[in-house]
Amino acid sequence: MNIDLSRRGFLKLAGAGVAATSLGALGFGEAEAAELAHVRAFKLAATTEARNTCPYCSVACGIIMYSRVDDATGKKRIFHIEGDADHPTNRGTLCPKGAALKDFVNAPTRLTQPRIRKPGGTEFEPVSWDDALDRIARALKDDRDANFLSLNEAGVPVNRWTTTGFLAASATTNETAWLTYKVVRSMGVVAFDNQARV
Amino acid sequence: MTNSWTDIKNTDLVVVMGGNAAEAHPCGFKWVTEAKHHRGAKLIVVDPRFTRTASVSDYYAPIRPGSDIVFLMALIRYMIENDKVQWDYVRNYTNAAYIVRDDFGWNDGLFTGYNEEKRDYDKKSWDYVIGEDGFAAVDPTLENPRCVWQLLRAHVDAYTPEMVERVCGTPADRFLKVAEMIGECSSPTKTMTSMYALGWTQHSKGAQNIRGMAMLQLILGNIGVRGGGMNALRGHSNIQGLTDIGLMSNLIPGYLNIPTEQEPDWASYMKTRAFKPLRPGQTSYWQNYPKFMVSFMKAMWGDAATAENDWAYHYLPKLDVPAYDVLRIFEMMDQGRCNIYFCQGFNGLLAFPDRGKVTRALSKLKLLVTIDPLETETSRFWENHGDHNDVDTPAIQTEVIQLPSSCFAEDEGALVNSGRWLQWHWPGAEPPGEAKLDTWIMAQVFLRVRDLYLKEGGVFPDPIVNLTWDYADANEPTPEELAKEMNGRALSDLSDPADPSKTLVQAGQQVLNFSQLRDDGSTACACWIYSGSWNENGNNMARRDNSDPDSTGAYANWTWSWPLNRRILYNRASSDLDGNPWDDSRRLVWWDGAKWTGYDVPDISPTAKPGEVGPFIMNQEGVSRLFSRGLMRDGPFPTHMEPFESPMANVFNPAMRGNPVARVFESDVARLGDSTEFPFVATSYRLTEHFHYWTKHNVVNASLQPEFFVEISEQLAAERGIAKGSRVRVWSKRGEVWAKALVTKRIKPLICDGKPVHVVGIPLHWGFVGAAKKGWGPNSLTPFIGDANVETPEFKAFLVNIEPAVGEAVS
Repeated sequence: MNIDLSRRGFLKLAGAGVAATSLGALGFGEAEAAELAHVRAFKLAATTEARNTCPYCSVACGIIMYSRVDDATGKKRIFHIEGDADHPTNRGTLCPKGAALKDFVNAPTRLTQPRIRKPGGTEFEPVSWDDALDRIARALKDDRDANFLSLNEAGVPVNRWTTTGFLAASATTNETAWLTYKVVRSMGVVAFDNQARV
Repeated sequence: MTNSWTDIKNTDLVVVMGGNAAEAHPCGFKWVTEAKHHRGAKLIVVDPRFTRTASVSDYYAPIRPGSDIVFLMALIRYMIENDKVQWDYVRNYTNAAYIVRDDFGWNDGLFTGYNEEKRDYDKKSWDYVIGEDGFAAVDPTLENPRCVWQLLRAHVDAYTPEMVERVCGTPADRFLKVAEMIGECSSPTKTMTSMYALGWTQHSKGAQNIRGMAMLQLILGNIGVRGGGMNALRGHSNIQGLTDIGLMSNLIPGYLNIPTEQEPDWASYMKTRAFKPLRPGQTSYWQNYPKFMVSFMKAMWGDAATAENDWAYHYLPKLDVPAYDVLRIFEMMDQGRCNIYFCQGFNGLLAFPDRGKVTRALSKLKLLVTIDPLETETSRFWENHGDHNDVDTPAIQTEVIQLPSSCFAEDEGALVNSGRWLQWHWPGAEPPGEAKLDTWIMAQVFLRVRDLYLKEGGVFPDPIVNLTWDYADANEPTPEELAKEMNGRALSDLSDPADPSKTLVQAGQQVLNFSQLRDDGSTACACWIYSGSWNENGNNMARRDNSDPDSTGAYANWTWSWPLNRRILYNRASSDLDGNPWDDSRRLVWWDGAKWTGYDVPDISPTAKPGEVGPFIMNQEGVSRLFSRGLMRDGPFPTHMEPFESPMANVFNPAMRGNPVARVFESDVARLGDSTEFPFVATSYRLTEHFHYWTKHNVVNASLQPEFFVEISEQLAAERGIAKGSRVRVWSKRGEVWAKALVTKRIKPLICDGKPVHVVGIPLHWGFVGAAKKGWGPNSLTPFIGDANVETPEFKAFLVNIEPAVGEAVS
């Protein structure tokens, strides 16, 4: 029983970062095997940990996100987020915003399907991704073809498009930002901005 | 930031002015606490409100919103008058000795060359005397009356402690105490750090506020050293990255520029970008511009960009105005000159000034596309929410398509923190429902447009159909593929310049860093400053070694910082002219007799001899600038400018309103108020429990701060008959809001120009969707005017009126 108690105590101390399989290496040996025979599976066994950084301000505190497959959706769902003690900036601490991150990820106001609000309409209506994207592409092509300015009044090639604008996020990854840059710039859009200005 | 969060522990004095780190950046602020406890560092806060940062400060001074330049110039005056100058630094590492043209001057609040009609300066006179040898004339004795140092001395002469008291409302004795504490940091063995945020940027002269502090830091010798620097705290998690990658009207990744109409071809574009050194032997690193630019063009258009077609220069748009920034495009939208607008993770209806105008503008669009993980007010701008969004829904003919995207927890990639660290992160879940990764969404939009051009032809399809798109799965470019594009690779074998028989990088390999980029089309690199982040050593942004030898706070093997994994910019300036550290207890980078070495990647060529090559290698001068030539639109020195809406006239020039070169659209002139109608100064701010308009979707944060309020002094409450916790109406020339009154001792009336000035604090976290109670934000009230250099809207100083509200307007 002493072994049992110390094992539980150890797990508590070690926190979630230690996988159950590594306990054998710490010398629990046969006692551990005996334990496994009658104790239900450790809750965290089906848990995935992922390292991330808080998406709010630019202190960029390290966080650890815990997820497991949700029975209802079959998708991984975050059930806990905590500060990453290995991170040099925040050393495991989080502020009132970061400490409540899980409820941002799982907020009831997360969007789950594309929707359209028609001119004059009073409601959003669901629309398929294909329909939404085709509609956007058609509108972009038509507007660009109609309003793209190849030459200015002096006859200088200017190749700019001012009737469509794009406002980029400031919390997306660099990689999303670069892809966004390519897409928007290649079309000649000049009304291009991000939250840095505001 | 020039430095990093973890470096703040090395400081002796923290000055928080134009920010409120304890509440807005709590976990970063812990490094201030660390410095206080372990080094005995002091903390000074200068702010209109007695914030929580002020509550743990050693000294607090109040200031009227929008008067910071007066305070900063007065600090510089104090340092000069009291010999609180790091002389060796000023003489050798700044342009103090440079001789300025005879026709440069300042009078009545304006520099030479002002054209009132154009609201612009002819900046010709704001320059050095250039000798026949092409180099700037200098006087190392600093005695020439036309040298920068003497001109600066004359320029700041008007900014006395009495002037501070009159204009800023800061009692002279409080100002002097702050000046005295700061003056101690002119010692080579004392450092001060400046921590600022939107309290400085959101003004019509925001860039000059920051210039003012940067100049002070140079005079004290605090740039490039541990515990020093200019440290922009930065708001959103990747605001640094999005700006680095150039997602702005006039930028190309890595702070290159989109051409203007005056640069119709490659030769004319490059002509103004020669960056010839202004003193003998200086590095002037921007001389490599062509290498970065050609490599960018190759990354964009690959084989379609050739030497023969000027690297497809004609594919780039040419600007006719400095920028199509958000204010300009919303003005154009309001005029019916914009048809389609995308908001990707950006809630413009609450983020842009003069919400009435923003609503009107959005209502004139044909199509609005929003891409966001959450509901936003912007995507529902057409929906009537009573007083909270009182619109005529059927009359709004804008089609809105709302696309659900992933959030941080579901995607992979790097974000750049305030200290320029590119930190890789990994997904822990999948997006809910049909929500998709942003990369997938952007790829779909592109591929469908490209298909239409391939199928139908159309206007100038070339830059679209030739865009590099060699991803393994065209529909789903991966973060790895995109990050590698930013790092750059060799397109053909790169020979070693020192020994052409050797191959330095084989075709197809990632370049080591930007030193290997070429201007002959043999390299492709999307963002030169990120070159080195994912090279043949792998993904350096994913490194997780948190060791810190000798506890310098550098954490050099934790993720990767730009440029070249350098943690403190200008770090060569941490040593004296001979290359010996100014402060032996805070060694950073030094000369070992043969090369530069130290705890950080030296910000200078490793073998550049001390005394020959200046430490500010990006500048043509090789030194930093106390006088910024024509690089800023509103002056080579900061000069006091009132906010556009101010309770007092400019003491230098009562006829001058706001920043004399800031852009004002004609339609907004009538929407500016004056102090007879709107007697109180308002300013916006964030709360520690909320992040912008995101956390109101989160029940925990919505419970912690559930309801919109405005903060006023006990004196203003008494004057207007406002009871604690009662409803008030606040209105400006542009709109009105209703809120609870938070009557506090944290704001006190200031006496400016002999009259009391009341400040109204307006937090910015409420809207009409989410878990919190419905409310408003300051943008219902603020003017549609931006900073003269970068168009950041003036959110931090504007005029309002306030009265007890009739009835319960807030549900």
